[in-house]
Amino acid sequence: MTNTSTVARGGGASPAPGRRRHAPQRPAKARGLSPRAVPYVLLAPGLLVIAGLLLYPLGQMIVISFQKVGIPQINGKKPATWEGWDNYTRVLDNEIFWSSLRNTLVFAAVTVALTLVLGTAVGTLLNRLSKKMSTFVVIGIMSAWAVPPVAQGVIWRWLFDADAGMINWALNLLPDGLSELLFGRSDWTGEPWLNDAFTIYLVLIVCVLWSSFPFVAVSVLAGLKGIPAELYEAARVDGATPWRIFRKITFPLLKPVFSVLTILSIIWDFKVFSQLYVLMGGPTNREAFNLSIFSFAEAFRSPPKMGVGAAIAVILTLILLVVTAVYIRQIVKTEDLR
Amino acid sequence: MTPFARKRLTRIALNAAGLLVFLFAVFPVYWMVSTSFKANDQIFTTDFIPFPTHFTVEHVDRVLSEGVAGNSIWLYMRNSAIVALGTVLIGAALALLAATAIARFTFRGRTSFLILLLIVQMIPAEALLIPLFLNVKRLGLYDQLLGLIVINVGLTLPFGIWMLRTFVAAVPKSLEEAAWIDGASRMTTFWRVLFPLVAPGLVATSIFSFITAWNELIFALILMSDSSGYTMPVALQFFFGQRGTDWGAIMAGSTMMTIPVVVFFLLVQRRMVSGLVAGAVKG
Repeated sequence: MTNTSTVARGGGASPAPGRRRHAPQRPAKARGLSPRAVPYVLLAPGLLVIAGLLLYPLGQMIVISFQKVGIPQINGKKPATWEGWDNYTRVLDNEIFWSSLRNTLVFAAVTVALTLVLGTAVGTLLNRLSKKMSTFVVIGIMSAWAVPPVAQGVIWRWLFDADAGMINWALNLLPDGLSELLFGRSDWTGEPWLNDAFTIYLVLIVCVLWSSFPFVAVSVLAGLKGIPAELYEAARVDGATPWRIFRKITFPLLKPVFSVLTILSIIWDFKVFSQLYVLMGGPTNREAFNLSIFSFAEAFRSPPKMGVGAAIAVILTLILLVVTAVYIRQIVKTEDLR
Repeated sequence: MTPFARKRLTRIALNAAGLLVFLFAVFPVYWMVSTSFKANDQIFTTDFIPFPTHFTVEHVDRVLSEGVAGNSIWLYMRNSAIVALGTVLIGAALALLAATAIARFTFRGRTSFLILLLIVQMIPAEALLIPLFLNVKRLGLYDQLLGLIVINVGLTLPFGIWMLRTFVAAVPKSLEEAAWIDGASRMTTFWRVLFPLVAPGLVATSIFSFITAWNELIFALILMSDSSGYTMPVALQFFFGQRGTDWGAIMAGSTMMTIPVVVFFLLVQRRMVSGLVAGAVKG
């Protein structure tokens, strides 16, 4: 009897019905806390933090996006005035918004695709290497992943430096004929990569791809390790080509991994900030803004227009939610959230 | 070609590809470190100097003594460390409690909470920038490291819970049940049975939060107006001066910022990846 009641102290964890009626005999430690209340008590602090630091501000942001919030309002001298949809029309009429939107979408699409392809290729490669070699390469790519985003920006800004950068030196090494054929030029000395929006984004894509493919590769490798080798042997005996094996065995089995990797990559690449901030040298080049930096610049560069900044942030959040909703639904549906 | 020769060739090709990937990943990091130890005549050149033959620690010296924006790099390192450690200490406690609730109990609202965790991770930090800036000002936390700590706890917690719950769930329930049967109280069971087994996962999750807080740029940029409160990511921006960039110094600063992260990362990488993917996939 004593034993059964001690088991009941596990609270809701033990599903056996009827045990709960022993609850009143809980020992002193669980005093005053019914097993039913335990998970809520454990959850409360975290939930409060999430509510106070994420959900409530999210609501505030929506409210602010309909208000005029400048310096007097920030300092509490004047109450915020209601602006209706003015901030939104102002944003939509601004051509910088449209170029920022285009930059955000194109960058995310290109980078997510490249990251997944390169990451999967490297993951598959790692799976076929010997254990020693694979560990060696994994340590190498993990160190790229570990570099802080600000330092990533700094490194690639240095590599692409106009005068003393490695990249211009390397491009000058190409045989003139080949360089002429590929790029229509042979002299790369002093090529300023970081003045023009298009080339800034080329550098940004390389930078983000470099730092994010390792995660995809290592995840794919972890997934591949879980697939029984017999499946591949059987396929090979049946004479399947590598591409067919990938399509018919690897991809279907790793589909959950791929969907998670896709969603994480989309989230990360949509809101890229630090690297772009460093490559541009602060929010200066308006043509190269993405939505994050556009919102930041409107809200915090003088004169601060917090309302407009909030409106841009609302639009960014909505886009992100729409893009990722499909995947969230898929995760919720297929993984039954144990 | 004999099958043996072909196998050998494949192996060589695979290893070569692996080496190429390794170089692509490591070269930029190497370039950062080597630049920070090169004398200026080897930095500002159109030639390629693979190795610092004019080895010098003058840049490291300079960022430590002169520093940037009026303070030594040490101060910024210290600020970053305070913010990151504060975030980890508070965040780990909160995450452990919540993760235990999710992984060990079935209760009403559990699924909704999990979905909430998923959704809040989609919220871009930029979206919270403006309201959190105003709130921090109102609460008098502007220009204080505590303000940054609080915000970083908020930013890292959802993922922390998400990741930690798989580690809690991985501990066999029968161990705790055995302890209960032996008469251990709920608290004792938690501290003596569950906690030691979850500890490695807690370390991995904490390191993840540490790195996120250590790397955080945007909030540090807007919540700190006084240079003595800058964190490393903000301080690094000030190396890009009007009178050209002191690449030796900025590479030395970046290297110092990067080293602790890379070390931590390599220590927990295996667990971190399984936490990220398993956490997301297995639900």
